[in-house]
Amino acid sequence: MSTTATAIGVSPKRGVWGGGNEPLKASYGKLMMWFFLLSDIFTFAAFLITYASIRVSYPAYAGPADQFVGSNEYWPVPEMVFDAIPFTHSVHPPLAFVGLMTFILIMSSVTMVLAVEAGHRNDRNDVTKWLLWTLLGGITFLSCQAWEWTHFIHGTDGGSLITYVNKLGQVVTETVHGANLSVNEYGPAAFAQLFFFITGFHGFHVTIGVFLLFLAFYQSAVGVYERRGHYEMVEKIGLYWHFVDLVWVFVFTFFYLI
Amino acid sequence: MATAHTASHSATAHDHHEHEHHDNFITKYIFTQDHKMIGKQFLITGIFWAIIGGLLSVIFRLQLGFPDMQLEFLKPILGGWITAEGKLDPDFYLALVTMHGTIMVFFVLTAGLSGTFSNFLIPLQIGARDMASGFMNMLSYWFFFLSSVIMFVSLFIETGPAAGGWVVYPPLSALEQAIPGSGLGMTLWLIAMTCFIASSLLGGINYITTVINLRTKGMSFSRLPLTIWAFFLTAVIGLLSFPVLFSAALLLVFDRSFGTSFYLSDIYIGGEPLPNTGGSPVLYQHLFWFLGHPEVYIVLLPALGITSEIIATNSRKPIFGYKAMVISMLGITILSFIVWAHHMFVSGMNPFLGSIFMFLTLIIAIPSAVKVFNYLTTLWRGNLIFTPGMLFSIGLVSFFISGGLTGIFLGNSAIDIQLHDTYFVVAHFHLVMGSASFFGLMAGVYHWFPKMFGRMMDARLGYVHFWLTFIGVYMVFFPMHYIGIAGFPRRYYTWTNFEFSNMYTDLNMFVSAAAIVTFAAQLIFLFNFFYSMYRGRVASLNPWRSNTLEWTTPLHPGHGNWPGEIPAVYRWPYDYSKPGAPEDFIPQTVPLSATPESNLPHEQELVKLEKAIIADEETLLVANESKAS
Repeated sequence: MSTTATAIGVSPKRGVWGGGNEPLKASYGKLMMWFFLLSDIFTFAAFLITYASIRVSYPAYAGPADQFVGSNEYWPVPEMVFDAIPFTHSVHPPLAFVGLMTFILIMSSVTMVLAVEAGHRNDRNDVTKWLLWTLLGGITFLSCQAWEWTHFIHGTDGGSLITYVNKLGQVVTETVHGANLSVNEYGPAAFAQLFFFITGFHGFHVTIGVFLLFLAFYQSAVGVYERRGHYEMVEKIGLYWHFVDLVWVFVFTFFYLI
Repeated sequence: MATAHTASHSATAHDHHEHEHHDNFITKYIFTQDHKMIGKQFLITGIFWAIIGGLLSVIFRLQLGFPDMQLEFLKPILGGWITAEGKLDPDFYLALVTMHGTIMVFFVLTAGLSGTFSNFLIPLQIGARDMASGFMNMLSYWFFFLSSVIMFVSLFIETGPAAGGWVVYPPLSALEQAIPGSGLGMTLWLIAMTCFIASSLLGGINYITTVINLRTKGMSFSRLPLTIWAFFLTAVIGLLSFPVLFSAALLLVFDRSFGTSFYLSDIYIGGEPLPNTGGSPVLYQHLFWFLGHPEVYIVLLPALGITSEIIATNSRKPIFGYKAMVISMLGITILSFIVWAHHMFVSGMNPFLGSIFMFLTLIIAIPSAVKVFNYLTTLWRGNLIFTPGMLFSIGLVSFFISGGLTGIFLGNSAIDIQLHDTYFVVAHFHLVMGSASFFGLMAGVYHWFPKMFGRMMDARLGYVHFWLTFIGVYMVFFPMHYIGIAGFPRRYYTWTNFEFSNMYTDLNMFVSAAAIVTFAAQLIFLFNFFYSMYRGRVASLNPWRSNTLEWTTPLHPGHGNWPGEIPAVYRWPYDYSKPGAPEDFIPQTVPLSATPESNLPHEQELVKLEKAIIADEETLLVANESKAS
């Protein structure tokens, strides 16, 4: 329906905003994606503001970093919490694994750019190839996140001695291993709650992105876009994918660096 | 020239799609993608909710006005919510005010107003065949429908619907053990609102994109009717504020169901501590009001846009200060995002922060006053035609003034300490946002009914409806100011424990009686609406002699709106009573070159450009035709 309204016979003298054309040189589908992302920015912003407001209501850990012990009296030091990598038990490089995850996600944005660029050339093979790499990057990121969550939930061997109110309403002091939504060994309960909530919400976005990428990969591979004559769907999904990456940069900054 | 141009239109009509789809009942009336039908779906659902919301308010007004009344006769409807002594259950009273607020703000004045008129008018007034995505538009309605069903079901569950006020502040709304309404009813409320937000975002993204991309030739932003400007900005506000409500609601869902404590801290119930630590209920208030305040303008701006259009048409004068109107709407849009904390002056917020929000709040008086004065100056010495739509528009201006003035009191953080959460606030927002927007909705229905259903509504019944409602609204809400100043708090089941509070009894009784009469007066409208749909006088093509594009469509426009090519636009929509013109209106489709007798000097300058454009496009058309054949 709408395609009929983008008239071909419009005089350039009408000007860009004179009607009968696409003033931002973008189809309605692309505009819709932009506006959706704009609203999604506000969703994430609300969550990150929630994080910040709860974070600043706790004191930071004051002692030397190498003597850090988890306590719900102060906010933990991220380098001491996120210091595990798979398959090793002895080395504790701070933030190495999450750094790797971030690198993978950003690389998947690069391959996405290449897919979009190949789409402009109508090169079906290249689009399919780069979409596959992007898809793999997304799946790898999600797998890494699953491992990180598992490790976060199971915790360290030593655990921490925490005093808290348990679900029965009793004040208890006990050694806590790992994390759940009511208590964790790293810091205040809110630390784990926010971690699960915000990285989970981001992970949910990545999961949707992976589904979309798979769809685009499949349709590109079987030639749906080639028959359609353009690869705009790849561009739209690309916008979403870059957005998800950008949000991760902010989530990363809030959780791991500040 | 004009006739020659029209001829070339009809000559080229054949190479456009034939828009006569043969729809069956389901694709035409239920899963329709036609914006006009979707608009009507929103309208009918909105009317349904308005009746429910109004009935709820009548029930709690009975309690407030006649606290000793035997309510046994309501037992068949309310069942167990009427106690053995024939009284309204106090818990259900809280549910009533909560649901009245939720229903009226979201389901009637957001979906019923914006959903109806943005859908119906945007493509018709900008000259598009439909919304950018008809499918998403359909989805938008069905998310709203789903949300409606869930909210409606919540009225009938055993523990009752949500009862923490329409703002659902935690910890009251977060803890199931707090009140019965915080149980399943609250869960359903949150699910329904999530669907509602999805519906609103799908709709809003569509409206914005359609206005940007699908305007017909010549329909620049400076030629948009003010209705479209209003719908456009409303959609922008919704796009940026509803996601934050979504965030707030999602965090609340986790607090309620998964044991997190984003909003909860240090709570004891019956001496026993809850495990929650670290959260802040004020955080919820900030997040909620980041939507909650812009929501006021989501409700009001479409009504103001509709009013601009109707007042200009029926004063037979150009709208006074078109640019000022647009700029003040833009100003309101921006300011609406930075004033939210004036709802929280007494929440324990830093008073210095309060003074900043007070300053920003009071600035809104400027664009609002600009709009009011522009309405008045448009009416000034116009050839007023008092159609029912016009009367309702003037009523809106009246409410906007009388309710807006009390906003200046409430915006002051010091005065707010006395007035916060009293009936003064209730009176204020029911006038400026509730009744004003409701009158905008009514004005729109009376004005565009001929375009929606091809028939006229009965004007006499419209007048009776208007006067009863207009006087009724003032009878209800004016006394409320006094009740509020005297200190009567809102959301209280009863307030008779103190000797001094007996002085409210008479006024409350008066308000309740007026509310019942006003509610009953809406039955006149309902009759008129449904009767005229089938039996009304058949409308002429342009019954109000209006300039905008929707009146150039056939009486019953099909899916695609115009049978031939979409008309091009050559002028702004407010050329009423132009000196020198033979008629007192010149539709947007009439080229400047066809009206040399009435062109202003700067318009005469543009004639040459306009001719060049038309010649250009003829050439392009011929080129395309020869390419095609």
